[in-house]
Amino acid sequence: MAGKQRSTLEQFWARFKRNRTAIAGGLIVLSVFVIALLAPILSPYDPAFIDIETILMGPTHAHPLGTDELGRDVLSRMIWGSRISLLVGFVAVGISILIGILIGAVAGYYGGWADDVLMQFVDIMLSIPTFFLILAVIALVEPNIWNIMIVIGITSWMGVARLVRGQFLTLKEMDYITAARALGAKDGRMIFFHILPNAMSPVYVSAVLGVAGAILTESSLSFLGLGVQPPTPSWGSIITGGKDTIEIAWWLSLFPGLAILITVLGYNLLGEGLQDALNPRLKE
Amino acid sequence: MLSFLGYRLFRFFISLVGVTVITFGIMHLAPGDPTDLQTTMNPRVSAQAKDNLRKLYGLDQPLHVQYARWVKRVAALDFGTSFVDGQTVVRKITQRMPITIVINLLALTLIFLIALPIGVYSATHPYSTFDKAATVFVFVGFATPTFWLALLMMILFGVILGWLPISGYQSLDVGGMTFVERLGDWTSHLLLPVFISAFGGLAGLSRYARAEMLEVIRQDYIRTARAKGLSERVVVYKHALRNALIPIITILGLSVPGLIGGSVIFETIFAIDGMGRLFYQSVLSRDYPTIMGVTVLGTVLTLIGNLLADLSYAVANPTVRLHRGK
Repeated sequence: MAGKQRSTLEQFWARFKRNRTAIAGGLIVLSVFVIALLAPILSPYDPAFIDIETILMGPTHAHPLGTDELGRDVLSRMIWGSRISLLVGFVAVGISILIGILIGAVAGYYGGWADDVLMQFVDIMLSIPTFFLILAVIALVEPNIWNIMIVIGITSWMGVARLVRGQFLTLKEMDYITAARALGAKDGRMIFFHILPNAMSPVYVSAVLGVAGAILTESSLSFLGLGVQPPTPSWGSIITGGKDTIEIAWWLSLFPGLAILITVLGYNLLGEGLQDALNPRLKE
Repeated sequence: MLSFLGYRLFRFFISLVGVTVITFGIMHLAPGDPTDLQTTMNPRVSAQAKDNLRKLYGLDQPLHVQYARWVKRVAALDFGTSFVDGQTVVRKITQRMPITIVINLLALTLIFLIALPIGVYSATHPYSTFDKAATVFVFVGFATPTFWLALLMMILFGVILGWLPISGYQSLDVGGMTFVERLGDWTSHLLLPVFISAFGGLAGLSRYARAEMLEVIRQDYIRTARAKGLSERVVVYKHALRNALIPIITILGLSVPGLIGGSVIFETIFAIDGMGRLFYQSVLSRDYPTIMGVTVLGTVLTLIGNLLADLSYAVANPTVRLHRGK
């Protein structure tokens, strides 16, 4: 058993490492992790340090990416902002994956009316403009980082639910499942120990792509002033700070936007690479 | 065809009920009562008066009774009055809705007209330079925050080049223009917002169109069509594209909620007084009746969009009309 498992992993890795764009995506993701982890060491200034002497200064040797409307160092704020992006990305996706797996597993395993009701619920959730839903909830609760993560999580699980349901529909017809049932395995055991582990590979892909989506959503919310609240630096809110002075201080908008673009690109490339390596038959 | 239509309308209705339940549920997630806004801020309001207010709004009734009452009002398009300026919510929304619908329809058209040819060409010339460039565009497009792109475009075309106006959807002196001038004025104002609104969908749909076309082109009936000597044009556009179009239209329908949600961002940036900006302002001022009204109407628009997508693929593919299938 152990030998078999390692060999599939080896096969996966052999396919994955041939894909140069996927490796590039992985390296981007890894670098952002390292930057977030080492923020206190890497950041040249205190990200919250206000200096009226250096308001809106362009890129210089002292401030490579310039300073913002309160004279704070943009590079330092971006380095600390990477923590927010990662935190929101991972927690929000964790929540959405959890809900998606539960709903998809129950719908796919039990079928019948449970399936009908749950999938109708998925359709309904998909037809509400997500961004409206998120903003409506934010209007009712305090806009802070925890609420943002929860709200993004509970509005983005529908894709995972559909995926998991589809997997369950196929897997539950397999012989080993019939065998497990014949041996008297209970529903919970069947779902979580026999079917779910084999249903997970598209979920991993979806999770990686989901982090990219959550990072984009968080930055949009923060840009609108409804996300992470100041003084905590987030990539989206740095851009908001530069919105009104964009004609004279382009660096305030340009650099954090590039950081979002590159990070999201990294997750998307990694996700696509995972998909190709996990399902080589899908690739033409 | 009729049973297909009936089935879709039934699904439409079920979704509508579901959406009102969810919206109503969110409204009741709010800590405290809607009456708190009118009472706790005002020290002269007694507990007695507060109870009277609760009775007036029916907040003393059980939840399902409240829901039934609310649905009855919503069905008559009565979303109450705005907390901010006392205008009825319906009035506020109907003033702002047309421009949002126009921009979103233009964006959808743009997505379809640009993304489809890109996808088809990429699929018929896989791994060509064009295909590779399109793939790069797709990945960068997916990763670009639209609000940031909007700012950059605004600074480039509005400030540095000075080609396009950067706010509103018409000039202040639009009243004195001839029809042709007015059309030009609208075009120059809407160019950037429509492009920004379409941008995310462009990447997604061209990628999807490519995948669908590749899938179809590998089918046996395409080989047959080629074998019997049909021209490549006929094979690609008549035999392949028509079959690939069905899932593509579905995806286009599914992208409507994203487009409408995106209105919040581009309308805020370009100062266009549509539903998105109204929604954003209502969220900032916690104007609950307006928030609920826009959410419900925005969703109804989305559902109508999905219904139209369903119907249009019944037109594109006769077999769909015969099956009720999912």
